[in-house]
Amino acid sequence: MSAMAEPAEGGRFGEFGGLFLPESLVPACQELEAGFRTAWADAGFRDEYFGILRDYAGRPTPVTECHRLSERLGVRVLLKREDLTHTGSHKINNVIGQALLTRRMGKQRVIAETGAGQHGVATATACALFGLDCVVYMGEVDVERQALNVFRMKLLGAEVRPVGSGSRTLKDAINEAMRDWVASVESTHYCLGSVMGPHPYPWMVREFQRIIGEEARDQCRAILDGDDPDYVVACVGGGSNAAGTFAGFVDTRSKLIGVEPAGGAAIGHGVPGVVHGSKSFLLQDEHGQVLEAHSISAGLDYPGVGPEHAYLSSIGRARYVAAADGEVLEALQLLARTEGIIPALEPAHAVAWLVRAAGTDELPAGSTVMLTMSGRGDKDAEQVMGLLG
Amino acid sequence: MTTLIDLEAHLRARRDAGQKLLVPYVTGGLGSNWVNVLRAMAAAGADAIEIGIPFSDPVMDGPTIQEASQRALDLGATPLGILAQVADLDVGVPLVAMTYYNIVFRTGHRRFARTLADVGVSGAIVPDIPLEESLDWTRAADDAGIATVLLASPVTPDDRLVRICERSRGFVYGVSLMGITGERASLAESAGVMAKRLKAVTDKPVLLGFGVSSAQHAVEAARQADGVVVASALMRRVLDGGTPEQVGALVGELRAALDGM
Ligand SMILES: Cc1ncc(COP(=O)(O)O)c(C=O)c1O
Repeated sequence: MSAMAEPAEGGRFGEFGGLFLPESLVPACQELEAGFRTAWADAGFRDEYFGILRDYAGRPTPVTECHRLSERLGVRVLLKREDLTHTGSHKINNVIGQALLTRRMGKQRVIAETGAGQHGVATATACALFGLDCVVYMGEVDVERQALNVFRMKLLGAEVRPVGSGSRTLKDAINEAMRDWVASVESTHYCLGSVMGPHPYPWMVREFQRIIGEEARDQCRAILDGDDPDYVVACVGGGSNAAGTFAGFVDTRSKLIGVEPAGGAAIGHGVPGVVHGSKSFLLQDEHGQVLEAHSISAGLDYPGVGPEHAYLSSIGRARYVAAADGEVLEALQLLARTEGIIPALEPAHAVAWLVRAAGTDELPAGSTVMLTMSGRGDKDAEQVMGLLG
Repeated sequence: MTTLIDLEAHLRARRDAGQKLLVPYVTGGLGSNWVNVLRAMAAAGADAIEIGIPFSDPVMDGPTIQEASQRALDLGATPLGILAQVADLDVGVPLVAMTYYNIVFRTGHRRFARTLADVGVSGAIVPDIPLEESLDWTRAADDAGIATVLLASPVTPDDRLVRICERSRGFVYGVSLMGITGERASLAESAGVMAKRLKAVTDKPVLLGFGVSSAQHAVEAARQADGVVVASALMRRVLDGGTPEQVGALVGELRAALDGM
């Protein structure tokens, strides 16, 4: 059986996952699980989902071979170009699926959390497309550093609610979205943006992102004469672009690498814990208080990680490494100059690992690497401009 | 060592004697005075007292409890530190710890349960452990003699409600509305329905909480339920600088209103 099959009873990935939520939200999650299960097995639903991804979101996205970067690093680099999708990141894959489910469940209002704003923009986009009401919660720190995306969401007709509690970043935006949901669950769908939260979200979001890995595997085989890449790399915030990517390669020989931000490395530095509905690795103190993450990247600035990544790490099927802010900025510029691709700060973490590891035992010279370019850098241009002075 | 009062027996005895039950809440570790607040609540006629053990990410709580929790954490409150402070406190009514699951999980199920028992806390409420996930904790709690109070919600289906009542110990906590904790202008309509549904399927004490903000709300809620849990209305007074005596007086008003029913 695949190491990324359907989770066990109750949404378990090994000892991780589950559904740890107040009773008021449990029936909604159970209804969502049943709804997703039947929809995902329904050819009509799948046709509509894949059709929208093709005709509206621009799938399939290409795999680009990076000749100049490969030469420079001594490894053969292929990029899966999620940055070329409508709205500019992989987040659209998930929200189209959840928006279709929202309609199927007869709900009219959608709430979402966002860090970098990409999930918020994608959710606002899908809501505009389907005529749904949309409210996006966003930490005040992120409202500031991702101002462009805040404006995009408003243009798309969404209401953006800044969150001033706690670290005023992604973690607190999720808290506030959950508080909204407890009061509105009968009319509202919570469109979670990553492979985290209570069952069925980690499973459902991975399935909606699986298309990244499945397309990429076939595209890589076409480029590599039927072979699979030696390494498959993706950045990990909650872990949705990585989970979708890994799902396509987990049953191949490819080594799977997830890159966390050094200031928010839940698998690297965390211990098992329970927050936002599931059990996974978590940055927390000795008493169980959740710690604040600190990352240059709003999309990765989160102290937890999706439970399936905790599982893949625990069984050794995927390895998780970290990249620091400084090397991320370097990597972003390197990719821009050698390939003409300005990555978002999130996937720039994956590029940073690639640059650091290439030619070492971690990533020997001559290897082939497939890296998921999860989003484009437009949203970060202003922040990067400030950082580079 | 403080003796462990049997939460359910205690509440049943008072209910069966015709008393409406009053359970006020205090955030543990909120200022040097919080233990005095707890004492004042007991002296003012509380039938049991909930002690909130603050968590960094209280998703079930509104602004008042969020602020109380954050202030307590900023003052250096820790779960075991708070519990140590109640160890020699013999207030004569059962204490119930209320916290989020990560605090329990991080401390360790058995260690947390044993600590509660050691300091004389009779019960625990952990709102983010639903029925399906409760086994790891309830096994440890049962072994240590700690009553695990489960919550029922207005959207809980009937069959599930029965299972929640069966597994709940001490009392059954009926959430009076769909939403987070915090004061409301009036008692939610769902409160009465919640209480009636619970009373129809269980003989355990049924208490309503969330949004019970005044003596009038308490009386209204206790028409259908066996009693009420009151948190935000009291903690707002604490946050506004109220003395233990003043908070105790508020509890006294609730007591008098319930006794006058
Ligand atoms: C471009 C991009 N990549 C990655 C992420 C991180 O999310 P995940 O780990 O779920 O893919 C984000 C989140 O905002 C993002 O915008």
